[in-house]
Amino acid sequence: MSASLEQALDRISRVRGVRGSMFVAADDGLVVAELLMEGVNGRAVAALAASLARKVGGASGATGGGRVRFVQMDAEGGTLLLAPAPQDLLVVALADPNVNVGLCRLEMIRAAEAASR
Amino acid sequence: MTTTVVELWAEAPLVRYIAQSSARLVVVMTPAGQVLAQHGFPRAVDLMGVAAIGAAIMASSGALADLVGEASFGALFHAGRRHGIHLAACRTGRGPLVVLTVFGRETSIGLVEFFFDEFAAALRAAAPADQVRGPILAENFEAELGRSLASLFGR
Repeated sequence: MSASLEQALDRISRVRGVRGSMFVAADDGLVVAELLMEGVNGRAVAALAASLARKVGGASGATGGGRVRFVQMDAEGGTLLLAPAPQDLLVVALADPNVNVGLCRLEMIRAAEAASR
Repeated sequence: MTTTVVELWAEAPLVRYIAQSSARLVVVMTPAGQVLAQHGFPRAVDLMGVAAIGAAIMASSGALADLVGEASFGALFHAGRRHGIHLAACRTGRGPLVVLTVFGRETSIGLVEFFFDEFAAALRAAAPADQVRGPILAENFEAELGRSLASLFGR
């Protein structure tokens, strides 16, 4: 994992309530880089996040919403956050339901910028 | 798209795998290329061709693994512009099996790989352990092939 990606993931994971963060190949749904708490199934999260991003992107495009900039999925057991990044990547964070989404989003956008460098 | 099986125990895991992974074509076969179950093939000739090539790729990959001192390689994945293929083996009580999955842009290799693990576990759980499949001898090959085709395509 390159140092800048590692650093970016580290910053996301420092947000209280975040269980893990990763860079995922948007097309393939494969993990590019990850920093996860024990017990988090990174492969599953990556595959499902990429699938979700594709479906939300398709829906947004079809309804004239344009390019998706951020996706937040709240579920009983936690929150999944996605942000598209350059080079066909996604920044993905998995967090507790009560996570500070604003702060997490800020770090994810920074991580997306780190991926472009 | 139809799902047909030669051995009934493979049907439920296969149907679930197809629904979960959104795969377009799936072949479950022995390492010798003998088909146990399939999804999505309209014609016997396509299925038998794909099964034979898939089995050959797995055999070549196994031989290559041997040469470089690996027990075996994991799944093979090839990505195309419109289709991808995922080829992997799994051990069951019925003997080793090979699964070839062809998928399109509506899913991804990540999803296929993730759900393949569940599929392999379901096959292991469903396979009858006391009937390990023996090698097919040359003299039985044609009869076995005919029986498989009849089960899969009703001919």
